[in-house]
Amino acid sequence: MIVEIGHYALALALGVSVIQALVPLWGLSRQDRALASVGASAALISFALVALAFACLVASYVRSDFSVANVFENSHSAQPLIYKFTSVWGNHEGSLLLWVFILTLFGALVALSRRSLPPRLRAGALATQGLVAVAFLAFTLLTSNPFRRLSPAPAEGQDLNPILQDLGLAIHPPLLYVGYVGFSMTYAFAVAALIDGRIDAMWARAVRPWTLLAWTFLTLGIAMGSYWAYYELGWGGWWFWDPVENASFMPWLAGTALIHSLVVMEKRDALKVWTILLAILTFSLSLLGTFVVRSGVLTSVHSFASDPARGLFILLILVFFVGGSLALFAWRAPLLRQGGLFAPISRESALVVNNIFLATACATVFVGTLYPLALEMLTGDKISVGAPFFNATFVPVVVPLLLFLPIGQSLAWKRGDLLGAAQRNLAACGLAVLAALALIAFTRGGPVLAPLGVGLGLFLVLGAGFDLGERIVARASGWPAMLSRARGLPRSAWGTALAHAGIGLSIIGIAAAAWSSEAIAVLKPGERLTAGRYTVVLESVVPRTGPNFRAEVARFQLFAGDRELAPVEASKRVYTARSMPTTEAGIRTDWLSQAYVSLGEAQGDGLAVRLYDKPLILLIWIGALVMAIGGTLSLTDRRFRLAAPRRAAPLAAPQPAE
Amino acid sequence: MMIWAVFAVMTGAAIFALLWPLSRVSAPGFADTADARSLYRSQLGEIDRDMARGLLATEEADAARAEAGRRLLRAAGDEVSPPGETEPSLRRRRASSALMLSLVPILALLVYGTYGSPDTPDQPLAARLAKAGPQQDFAVVFARMEAHLAAHPTDTKGWSLIAPIYLRQGRYDDAANAFASALRYGKPDPELLAGLGEARTLAADGVVTASAREAFSEATKLDPGNPRARYYLALAQEQDGDEPGAVASLKNLLAGSPPDAAWTAAVRDRLARMESAAGRDAIAALPDGAREEAIRGMVDGLAERLDAGGGTLAEWSRLIRARSVLGQKAQALQAVKTARERLAQDAAAVAAIGALAQELGLKEATP
Repeated sequence: MIVEIGHYALALALGVSVIQALVPLWGLSRQDRALASVGASAALISFALVALAFACLVASYVRSDFSVANVFENSHSAQPLIYKFTSVWGNHEGSLLLWVFILTLFGALVALSRRSLPPRLRAGALATQGLVAVAFLAFTLLTSNPFRRLSPAPAEGQDLNPILQDLGLAIHPPLLYVGYVGFSMTYAFAVAALIDGRIDAMWARAVRPWTLLAWTFLTLGIAMGSYWAYYELGWGGWWFWDPVENASFMPWLAGTALIHSLVVMEKRDALKVWTILLAILTFSLSLLGTFVVRSGVLTSVHSFASDPARGLFILLILVFFVGGSLALFAWRAPLLRQGGLFAPISRESALVVNNIFLATACATVFVGTLYPLALEMLTGDKISVGAPFFNATFVPVVVPLLLFLPIGQSLAWKRGDLLGAAQRNLAACGLAVLAALALIAFTRGGPVLAPLGVGLGLFLVLGAGFDLGERIVARASGWPAMLSRARGLPRSAWGTALAHAGIGLSIIGIAAAAWSSEAIAVLKPGERLTAGRYTVVLESVVPRTGPNFRAEVARFQLFAGDRELAPVEASKRVYTARSMPTTEAGIRTDWLSQAYVSLGEAQGDGLAVRLYDKPLILLIWIGALVMAIGGTLSLTDRRFRLAAPRRAAPLAAPQPAE
Repeated sequence: MMIWAVFAVMTGAAIFALLWPLSRVSAPGFADTADARSLYRSQLGEIDRDMARGLLATEEADAARAEAGRRLLRAAGDEVSPPGETEPSLRRRRASSALMLSLVPILALLVYGTYGSPDTPDQPLAARLAKAGPQQDFAVVFARMEAHLAAHPTDTKGWSLIAPIYLRQGRYDDAANAFASALRYGKPDPELLAGLGEARTLAADGVVTASAREAFSEATKLDPGNPRARYYLALAQEQDGDEPGAVASLKNLLAGSPPDAAWTAAVRDRLARMESAAGRDAIAALPDGAREEAIRGMVDGLAERLDAGGGTLAEWSRLIRARSVLGQKAQALQAVKTARERLAQDAAAVAAIGALAQELGLKEATP
């Protein structure tokens, strides 16, 4: 009965979401607060129902109920419990349910944050969000129903795709979905503001925490996906400019731009049209990503079972939400009132420049991702757009942006002093250049761009540090004064500095990839292979049996120069249910660098072994982590707790009676 | 029935929670201005802080303060006086209550009714495995048997039990494998050998391959009367082109078997098909003149039979076509007419006859 209760709960949630989409809108147009408040309770109910449905599906997976087609197709009774659990979203139907679950979770959060959101905005956003929920619930129920039953029930499931049987599946999709779906919230706020015709600093402040939240999770989700691909796919790459990756990267770029333009909008009441457009585009790109990944236009690990009917449905959703919101935008945007002023050289202008560069970068990724698809659809020619294209288009756009970042960061609001800002960054710049020069001298004959990239990264890290340091140290004398200044600095300032430093760290990691080296050889036990600083000696190859797979495990001794590190194991697995092989790379972390061993085919009595030396590679993901920490810090800034500190704030102007 | 009660409770709870906010008397004031005012006020404070940190020059700070002040005034001016509990607002509440009460259950039932399976119980694996006796789940027993055999490949009895099941499921390769395993670890057995041959034959799309024939021969060596082996050996003869031999073998098999045996029907059927094919071939072998004579004789025989009464659409069509091909146009037309009368109740058949006549260019004299 559990399965059917879940199914019914999902159907009921569809009905409730329709109410959530219709009634508050009516209330808004009639100035009727009672009707508008239906949105909040509907959002909470539909969250409860979808959560129930999700729990029921999880229960079916954990109990290996193979009378559910979705469980039969993606689970196996011999799987460890954690993978039975994660199999829930390791497939199209289940992951869609997770998507809807997170969507309604956000709706519930908005419904609960009565104090920090203006009531009209909240009602409009909940209605829009209800509409998105209707579309995705209908999509789930009509084309991708996870509760389809099988009768008679098979005795054993077909097992989850072995590549997905990994802890990464427990982390990557939920994080990414919180990111994607979080942007649906900013979209809902944008549409609500357009409907209501009230777009001002108030809106920006209400929306910013949601955007930051989505951005933080998307950052973590992308980084996790990249690390997962790095260790699971076994060829040591961490970013492939694959359309599926780009599909998540485009919303990230647009979302990053959105975070920055929201600042300007909040401070100066300016850039309104652009910010609203960005909010719409960011979610549109999320939807586009969903369409590209799910419609079967592409084939990859992510495109599960693709089906043209589903593709058409998602295309309709895409057209409705993107087209509808853009039409609303075209109709309402010209009515917006102009905001505050700022000089061409100011923090605001710097943020505008940031937006221009980020939007351009996003456009290049967009073209690189969709052009091949469009071409294949029109002419049938298959072309592959890979790293060379993006190196030639994306990198030249991003490098000036990053070079400019520390300077913009230290410009004053309203009207800044470019020369002064440049001077303030002179020290950071000088140190970075020195470091780059030292690296060039030290690694003579190596790749030229790598030291420059490291220098750029250092510049960002140092720039962020100096900017913070200056605010804390300047004009303050003695430790207590500095400490109190540090404490007085808003959390968002710390967040900004951390996020920017995080980018710098990632850039250093990416640049250092140019120094990585690899070696391939067929090894017999006792033989050695050297790549870069690392040497492995094949000790033995032994068979091993897991719960639902058999593996050939190769044990290696690992040396870094003369230093012996802990031994490392790499294996090839065959999952019995699908008789599908996977490779499990052996990775040993050595400070920030990694030695990476993966196995190829057995040849004669030897084994093909691939060894990589990956210097500083961990910085790529550590940087992302630091960015996310920065986002979280900004999120906890007290300015976002709007209503609460109103009475506590000592600096606020005296309040007239309300 | 229990499940519908649960659904009813769920629906009721959802609708009740939806109706809840409508039942409350709403506080007046439905505008975002209060929050806006507090925002701009706090922004004024922020400007001072920024200035203290040197992020804003004095002059700019004054301008920013003026801007925030203007926005504050505007926000205060935007205040709309909210309508209270008026007649239209009550009407709106009633209308939206009606919408909730109707739309939510209708949509849920419509969707669930289309895609749900309320009668299918949960079947968690642990519970299925725990069941014993006659209510045991066939799929689970079968899977358990397979697992057992994978672990104990020398269990001849298990193999000989599972093999016919594979055969019935159409998993011919698995069946052949199971029969072979049963034979490998046990004594030679004619039934198993015949089964092995059958599985190999069916796996080869009905062609009695050399390896299948070997199995059948082994079987007949152990048990010369084994009907399955003899049947397939006859099939092998036919496939080798020795049709008279095959017919003889089958007749022989029939003669030596009890008339009520389950498989005699299959043998008879096969025999009948082979004999009619043999008849066709015999006619084809005649010299030209004699062949036409023979065909005419057959057609006349068919016509006589049909004239006597009855006849299906297929038979009538065959007759009409044959007459037309033989150039007996008048008789063909006559057949068309009679067929129409006989098949009058079946409109589709009449239409088919008409279409056939058209195709063959048979024009009826207009009555």
